[in-house]
Amino acid sequence: MNERLAAAFGLLPSYLGQHVLLSASALVLGIAFSLPLAVVASRNPRLRWGALMGAGLIQTIPSLALLALFFPLLLALSALSRGLLGVGFQALGFLPSLLALTLYSTLPILRNATTGILGVDPAAVEAAKGVGMTDRQRLFMVELPLAAPVIMAGIRTAAVWTIGTATLSTPVGQTSLGDYIFSGLQTEDWVLVLFGCAAAAGLALVVDQLLGLIEAGAALRDRRRVIAGAAGLIVGTLAALAPLAHGAGAGERVTIGAKNFSEQYILATVMSDRLRAAGFQVAEKDDLGSAVAYQAVASGEIDAYVDYSGTLWTNVLKRTDTPPRAQLLSELTQALAARDHVEVLGALGFENAYALAMRRDQADRLGIHSIADLAAHASDLTLGSDLEFLSRPEWAALKSAYGLNFKAERRFQPTFMYKAVTSGAVDVISAFSSDGRIAADDLVVLTDPKQAIPPYDAVILLSPKRSTDARFKAALQPLIGAIPVEAMRKANLSVDRDQDKQTPAQAAQALAKAIAR
Amino acid sequence: MVPPMVELRGISKSFDGGRTHAVRGVDLVIGRGEFVALVGGSGSGKTTTLKMINGLVAPDTGQVLVAGEAAGAVAPHLLRRRIGYVFQEIGLFPHLTVAENIGITPKLMGEPKDAIAARVAELLDLVGLPRDFAARRPAALSGGQRQRVGVARALAAKPSLMLMDEPFGALDPVTRDALGRDYRALHENLGLTTLMVTHDITEAVLLADRMVIMDAGAIRADGTPAALLAAPDAAVRALMETPRRQAERVRERLEASA
Repeated sequence: MNERLAAAFGLLPSYLGQHVLLSASALVLGIAFSLPLAVVASRNPRLRWGALMGAGLIQTIPSLALLALFFPLLLALSALSRGLLGVGFQALGFLPSLLALTLYSTLPILRNATTGILGVDPAAVEAAKGVGMTDRQRLFMVELPLAAPVIMAGIRTAAVWTIGTATLSTPVGQTSLGDYIFSGLQTEDWVLVLFGCAAAAGLALVVDQLLGLIEAGAALRDRRRVIAGAAGLIVGTLAALAPLAHGAGAGERVTIGAKNFSEQYILATVMSDRLRAAGFQVAEKDDLGSAVAYQAVASGEIDAYVDYSGTLWTNVLKRTDTPPRAQLLSELTQALAARDHVEVLGALGFENAYALAMRRDQADRLGIHSIADLAAHASDLTLGSDLEFLSRPEWAALKSAYGLNFKAERRFQPTFMYKAVTSGAVDVISAFSSDGRIAADDLVVLTDPKQAIPPYDAVILLSPKRSTDARFKAALQPLIGAIPVEAMRKANLSVDRDQDKQTPAQAAQALAKAIAR
Repeated sequence: MVPPMVELRGISKSFDGGRTHAVRGVDLVIGRGEFVALVGGSGSGKTTTLKMINGLVAPDTGQVLVAGEAAGAVAPHLLRRRIGYVFQEIGLFPHLTVAENIGITPKLMGEPKDAIAARVAELLDLVGLPRDFAARRPAALSGGQRQRVGVARALAAKPSLMLMDEPFGALDPVTRDALGRDYRALHENLGLTTLMVTHDITEAVLLADRMVIMDAGAIRADGTPAALLAAPDAAVRALMETPRRQAERVRERLEASA
């Protein structure tokens, strides 16, 4: 426990620094965008209606979706600019997070600033005209100073929202305090989740108080409070950013991606450790969605990650046939190289297949051994899946092959999916075959007599740039064919179990040691 | 020949897309040094007429000349710096001190700081406020004191024309009387031209040399108070006699209650 807390504290300078950099940049950009817009909107009723409507609409988009939408948008823009100007840019990480958060911060600032300017005493406005101010002088000498407390209240709301929402930037590849929450959620490490929540809430609270000091200073026309609040913000921001400045060391910088479950964290760490040993400077982007991860490696946003042959076969190549394991792998390798210049470095040696699993007692009672047996009982049973399975072509294929029609279908974070089946909340789950919890929770995996589910060899994918980088490939090559499924299950379970939990980093070290023998 | 201070030629103004006619074809000439009261009931168009002189309201038709210069020949904000403007709501800037409020127009005109400070002290003396009020904020002043600051602010850039819209309307009678008298003295001493909008006939008679009576957006009568008392228009005469009638009734009531 204390070791895990110490590990969490060790990550704080980098996570906090990234979080502050992201939210401060988004807030500054949001103010720079919204304040002039508010000034123009306060002069023009039709534009005001449009701007507030637009900002309100953006606010109704769930923040996670807004963040996610910027990735394909930027990817397309980057491809366009690469085609036209020869320069692309990062579509993953900081930029999409920054833009989404900036948009998100618009509404409170825009609304408060517009209300504030329009709410200035009409007598003061008339006097400003009467003493001979230009429109510009009236804005800066009268309207903005008098609206300042209301505008500051809006900025305060925006700051708290931005800091909170920034924790959601982890899935698009931006490091933030959300990394604690997302990886804690996946590995059932509640200490980590609470740590992340407390850190984000603490940051929001401190910033809110300092901005509140400035707001009070503006309302009471007390310059000392304004200066004290502003100084606190500046010093705090610089202190939080200081650890980031030391990042630029020797060695080529590479980025390893990971999807959002324990096995992925462990394998990403195993790869990162090997690359570091080979002299690379490695950053990790965790919690990427399946489609995001593949697009990221194809576009070079990340340099390598682990994916599964069946996933790529059905989701990227859109194939519906299921050839034998070896044939699928070699066809996949050729197709990805030809299509996207993505190299399949090789298979790690184990499969992590989708598999339908049930509690042993229930399966025995109903006499279910295969998915074909299940079909007859499905209308009385509830299916629990991970977040993406029900949207994937594998499920569509499975459903039509066996004529599966469940009473209900529910989606969970993978961790909660196992909890759901053991507690009886659902009857059948879309388990992962390399998951240690299948054995630990005494679940049975149903056989697939029609072979509707494709094979899922774990493979390392390399970006087009790294496919010609001999040193990079040499560092990862020893992992190919080196990880048996038992070793992976053991590593996964050590992170996922409730007692005596390990961090993905600890599990990665143990796995690396186990496979080195 | 020196042009008149203000000349209005057939100015009209309607609001609500032409549905409300506030001012209909007003001609008015105000000579230098005159103290003119613009009198009329609510909605008679007196305030609109006043605001068309310093460009706070743009006329639909007609021409406005200030000191012989047509409106539009000079940017409205530059014109307004040359004209003092005092109105009922006063409109002191609450985030500025009394000194900063008074010195605002000289500051806009780029005058040096020490010259502005000297001018502020002089104006505080002129409107009868203690000099140590300079550092106060408007919120710390009484209504009468605030309007004295309002008058000082209007005078800061040494205008020769003062436009006043019900300047003392919100003050208690004693303060109102004192401020009116003090302002009349300033008008004399500084050689100002003043156009004051009021609906109070007594105030107009007490302060102004000439009265212009407006009704339904047009000028109904124009002349000295004495001339208007003998006007052929019965309604004008009735209006002009209200102060005297009221004074008589006040005396009767006082005698009856004694």
